[in-house]
This record gives sequence, structure tokens and C-alpha cells, in this order.
Amino acid sequence: MSKKTQTTGTHPTLTGAEIIWATLAAEGITTVFGYPGGAILPAYDALRKFPIHHVLVRHEQGAAHMADGYARASGKVGVAIATSGPGATNLVTGIATAMMDSIPMVCITGQVPSRVLGTDAFQEVDITGVTLPITKHNFLVNCAQDIAPAIRHALQIAQSGRPGPVLVDITKDAQQNSAIFDFEAAKPQAYDPHPMLSVMDTHLREAADLIRNAKRPVILAGHGIQQSNAYEQVRTLAERMQIPVAPTLLGLGSFPASHPLNLGMMGMHGESWVNHAIQEADLLIACGMRFDDRVIGTPSTYSPNSKKIHIEVDPAEINKNIKADVALVGDLRQVLEQLLPLLPGRDGSAWLKTIAESKGESAVRDIRNLPDDGHLYAAHVMHDLWHITEGKAVIATDVGQHQMWEAQYYHHDYPNSLITSGGSGTMGFALPAGIGAKFACPEKEVWIIAGDGGFQMTACELATIVQEKIKINIAIINNGYLGMVRQWQEFFYERNYESTPLVSPDFVKLADAHGIAGAAVRTRGDLADAVAAARNHNGPYLLNFMVEQEDSVYPMIPAGKALHEMIRRPNNNPLVEKPTDE
Amino acid sequence: MLHTFVAYVEDKPGVLTRVASLFRRLNINIISLTVGHSERPGISRMTIVSETPAHANEHTANRIRASLHKLENVLDVDEIGKAPSVTRELALIKVAATAATRSHIFELVEVFRARIVDLAPDSLMIEITGVESKIEGLIQVLNETGDRVLEICRSGKMTMRRGKHSSGVLRAMGASDPDAPKPNLTHEIVNDNFADNI
Ligand SMILES: Cc1ncc(C[n+]2csc(CCOP(=O)(O)OP(=O)(O)O)c2C)c(N)n1
Repeated sequence: MSKKTQTTGTHPTLTGAEIIWATLAAEGITTVFGYPGGAILPAYDALRKFPIHHVLVRHEQGAAHMADGYARASGKVGVAIATSGPGATNLVTGIATAMMDSIPMVCITGQVPSRVLGTDAFQEVDITGVTLPITKHNFLVNCAQDIAPAIRHALQIAQSGRPGPVLVDITKDAQQNSAIFDFEAAKPQAYDPHPMLSVMDTHLREAADLIRNAKRPVILAGHGIQQSNAYEQVRTLAERMQIPVAPTLLGLGSFPASHPLNLGMMGMHGESWVNHAIQEADLLIACGMRFDDRVIGTPSTYSPNSKKIHIEVDPAEINKNIKADVALVGDLRQVLEQLLPLLPGRDGSAWLKTIAESKGESAVRDIRNLPDDGHLYAAHVMHDLWHITEGKAVIATDVGQHQMWEAQYYHHDYPNSLITSGGSGTMGFALPAGIGAKFACPEKEVWIIAGDGGFQMTACELATIVQEKIKINIAIINNGYLGMVRQWQEFFYERNYESTPLVSPDFVKLADAHGIAGAAVRTRGDLADAVAAARNHNGPYLLNFMVEQEDSVYPMIPAGKALHEMIRRPNNNPLVEKPTDE
Repeated sequence: MLHTFVAYVEDKPGVLTRVASLFRRLNINIISLTVGHSERPGISRMTIVSETPAHANEHTANRIRASLHKLENVLDVDEIGKAPSVTRELALIKVAATAATRSHIFELVEVFRARIVDLAPDSLMIEITGVESKIEGLIQVLNETGDRVLEICRSGKMTMRRGKHSSGVLRAMGASDPDAPKPNLTHEIVNDNFADNI
């Protein structure tokens, strides 16, 4: 802390700028991601005095995604900093992404001096107005003494209940003026859980009865499991009651992929037996998930004969898309801890056998079983990467086909090991989010997997990797198209490939220009050596996988269709008899 | 369908925007909204009457209530369903009237238990409180008698739950027992015809 500071009693008088960092540091924040500018300059001027590492990004969207990736990988809150006006608006996509996936994040923005607020001053944007619907809450702070309480409150809001992003907009004069810094006094009131968050005994008993008597139950494993740290409880529930588990995209890693009870990902690109099991189920136990449209297809045809137990921390999610027969509103872990004593055990073998039998036919369509025709398939890349890294890497994906292939073929056994934009589907997420994840767990192997399209949206952050001297591996799944959009054009727009063929730079040269090593990979035979080279390289490494251009993600349930109306991989495996149900 | 919510909110800048913005985002129309100080210092009380769209299901009211509650500045939300409650609205109505044409308006005002609060050479102002139908009734009669209504200013509805009554009284009011467990979320607004209707 500054040597100049005077002390009032035991509490020092600091400038607002110093209070920002002092508060963050006292809250245990060690890393922030940001970009300076006029309205936040007082804060940057004071930064050096505090034990906080500031990662200079290349675009504020990157700062928001890095804070987001940091939060997802660590379970802690991520912090992003930007200046007023364009700096603040550049955060918006990242904030919306975090909001959709309930990620705890605090964004601090500079604002024009309070005396000119509302005058269209240079670089003034009403960022609290802009972010109102995409934050859990936001604050406009225009005096120094309000800074510490606002930041502490923001950190609390971001992490409590259903987590989410919070923005604190601080005027320049508030940063320049001084106030007494009393960290204790700035403590927010204790978090007051929602009054609807009280699980009633009768509901617990109803839920337990449903579970005990179910013949064909399925656990739907959502993001909430990781957020409430309920792995053990979900696992106990599944194992003790012999119930199969189907994770959502954001639920991957919340229940070990290698566990015999794990069916695999559900939803639009889930395997047929998973969605089939859900459709046939007589009981769904939804754990920390929100029945997103990518998961249910159409509400009217979704799992028509099942009762639904919905365990969820946000009461506004109950009965939103799918009607719950029993709603247990509360923290997932706490609810399961109350529920488990009511569940002694159950024989689930018949149902598990039925599901296992329905797998057989799908497996032959699996791309991994296709004979090697000399082409490189993205699915092979994911599978081999999983194999080589023993499933232990932290993977940050972008959005598109490669994201779905990753979800299908990289089997996540560990929580917080898949960093992906689910609800928002934000292209450009992978690179910055992966960087954020690396800061959260520097000891872990981090891979960024992005399409050739999405990678170019935030490719500027390559320079951030170099400046920060971090070891990170990048895999570009280069199919020469905006692949997922091309796939929709193939299926639903008569192959009218309008604006999806994509000319890209030579990514290996681009990496080289940044001082990042790299190589292109064109055949499956070269894959293992290339991945080994990347892993062994002492520094960041980029692999440009030149994959089959017009491959599609199968199976696929077209948007708005029922789960059984899926499009399956054409069966052109010459070794397998063609089924007649085509 | 109409739903009435009573919300206690912090009396701070921007809170009204947050509440209004929530309804906008949910694509739900606000029919009427009143705000004023409550019995708690620093806390305002809002009565929000909203109309859920035709495609909304029976759970929409609960979702609105839960979503309102998620707003940081909202401390408490009540949804007044069939529960016994009193709803009132205040209206100021300026009517063209001269000395020659006033007297029948005085009579009307008497019948409606309203008041004349301003008298000018060519207009007068009526103050009326009551349920919506009573106010609508007065306006309609004024139109029918050929009086020219110059201005109408209506406060929007204010709603408060009734205190505890015996079940006999509740039955007479046509209302359900407030202590009975809440039925599952489908509430229609019952017209409050207790005591103050004409
Ligand atoms: C910011 C943003 N803009 C547009 C989209 C729509 N979109 C979804 S997937 C996709 C194509 C992605 O192509 P690419 O990054 O090459 O990945 P691939 O699907 O080929 O794996 C697009 C354009 C999006 N999700 N995000």
C-alpha cells in the first residue's frame, strides 16, 4: 500500500483507485484481466502497489471471456477491468455469455466524472443501462467511500444463489477522491437466501417415493452439480439407486464419463440411446439443469410418460420449460443431502439392461468404427487427444461442430475440465477462456480447441499468451467452412452454402508471427506425433488440423423437433449391414 | 390473464427501470403500476398489475414473482391471487361545465361518492376513489350525459391484503381463506365487490 497514505484510527485513507485494488486484494483476488483507458486510468495508476496480477488483453471481450474461463476452471469469481464507453461495450458479449451460463464474474469499468454524467461526455456510455438485462445486478458508483461496499457486494452477488456476472461502474472522480478504507465496515449484509428456497419435508418424501418406485429413472446432470459441489451426492444417488445419468453439455465432467452408469450427453447432438432413454423414462431427476431447448427439443413431446423431479437453486426456472411434478428448490448439494437418507437402495438392472441393448446398433454408426479412408476426421482428433492426454486436460472449446465433437469424443471424468459457452454459444470464446483457465490452474495441461471461424474472432489474444509467457496448446479444427452453419445449410437449406466457405490465414504462420510454434496436421497417422510435439514443447503451441471439410455432427435432432426425430449418420460403413429402418 | 403483484423495493435510483425491464424482457404488459413510500423507511411499495399473454401457461405468475425476487433491489414480493384483498384506484377527472350545466354533475358525484375538488368558470374537477369498475362507471355516465371529459388522470391500482377474518366473513366476501394453503398458482383477479361498490 502507498507510503503516502494517512491513517485514521486503524483505517487508512486511500484514493478510490487504491480502494478498488485494496478491496479486491483483501477479498482474495489475485488475477484480473483488463485493458486501460482514460476513465479507468487512476485505477491503473494505483495498480502497482497491490499484489494483483493484471493480464493485459488485446480486446475487452477477451478480458470478459478470460475472467469467465478463470471462474469456470477454478470455481472462484473472475474479474475483468475496462475503461468507459467502447471499453465497457466491448465487454458486453462476454458478460452475456457468463450470464447465460451462470458464471460468477465481476466487471469493473471506469466511467466519466460524475459531474458530466448524462452529458454525452467523451467516451460516455450508460453501461449500467446497457448491461441491466445481462447482469445479475450492477452498480454505478460516484463517490470514493461507496467503492469498497459496492465491490464487496458485487462479489457476494456474483457467487451467491445462482451465480452470475455483476458490473461495477466507477466514475473517474470517485477513483481520484479519497475515503477511509474500512474493509470490515464495507461488508455486505449476510446473503439472504430466497424465501422460496426452503425444501419442504413433504416434497422430499414425495421425491423419495417417486425415486423408490420408478422403473425407468434417469438422472439429468446439469451445470449446477459443479456449481454447488454436489459430485459426491449425485454419484451416491446414482450408485445407490442404480440410476443411469445423462449430462447436459455444461454438465459434462460433473459425473465421470467413464462411470458405467454414465449414458453420455443428452440433447440435440446426444447419442440416440441417451435421448431414447429419456423419452422412455418414467422418472427424470433433473439436478441443476434448466431444460434448455437444446436439450428438450419440443416441450410437448419431451419425455411424455415421465414424472419430473426438478432440483434447482433458481425458483424462476421451475415450470419454465417443463412442468415439474416435484420441485425441490434449493442448493443442489444440500437438497441431495436431505434426500439421500430417504433412499435405501433399489435394483435397477432391468432398465440398465434395456438401455444397454439399445446401444448396439448406434455403435456401428460411430465414426470411430469407420475404416480409415485417409481423411482426417475431427472426431478422430478429439478421440485421440482424449486418449493421449488420458482425459486429464482442461479443454476450452469454441462454438460449432468441433464443440459437439469434443463433447462426444473427449470423455470428461473431472469437474471443471470442460470450459465451453453453452447457453450463449459465443464464437471467439475458446482462446480467451482457455487463457483464463490456465491462470486458474497453471499446473494443468490446457488445450484450446476452436474452429477456423471462431478462432479468428479473438485470435488477437495470441499475443496475450506470448506476453504472459504461458504454456497452452491450441488445436484449430480447420474445415474451411463455418462448419455448423454449413451443416444446417446442408440439412435444412438444400446445401445452399451461402457465406459459409471461409478463407483463413495460414494459422501456423500466424502463430509464428507471434513467436508461437506450430504445425499443420493432415492425416490421422501424423496426429499422435504432432500432439506429442505440442505437449513437449516448452511454450505455447498451435496445431492446425486440416480435417474433412464437409463432415457433419451426428446424430442431430433438428431444432424444435422431438427427441426421436433425429438425423443419424448415413450408414456407409461397408462392413456393416444396412439397417432397414432408414 | 391479469396478475397483481405487490413488491417492496429499495427506494434507489434505477429500481423502477429494473422492475419495468424485467416485465419487458418477459414480454409481459404492465397494465398499471403504482409506487410510493411504504411503512418501512427507505423502502417503497409497488402494486403491479400485469397481463400475461395468451400463450402463457398457468405457471407464469409464479415465474414472474420468482424473477422479481431475483432482482437485487426487490426485498419482498407477494402475488395477490384469490386472496381477500382491497384494491383501489384514484382518478381525477376534469369535465367541461358552466354554471348552467353543473348541477346534474353534482348529483352524479353524490351518487358515486366522489368529490368536486376544483371549480372553474368553464370546468370542474372530480376526485373519485374506488375499484376500477366504479371509476369506469362514472366516466361512462359522464359521456352518456353529454358532458365533455377534458382530462383524466388515474393513479393505477393499489392493492393490500385484508386482515384476518372469520371464515363466515370470508364467504360473504366471496373470497378464500388466506391461511389455506395456496392453490397451485392459477389465480384470476376477483372483482372486489365488498363494501364499496355502487
Ligand atoms: C459470435 C457468433 N456469431 C455467429 C454464431 C453462429 N454460428 C454458430 S456455429 C458457427 C460456425 C462456426 O464455425 P467454425 O468456428 O469454423 O467452427 P466449426 O463449426 O467449423 O467447428 C456460427 C457462425 C455464433 N455462434 N456466435
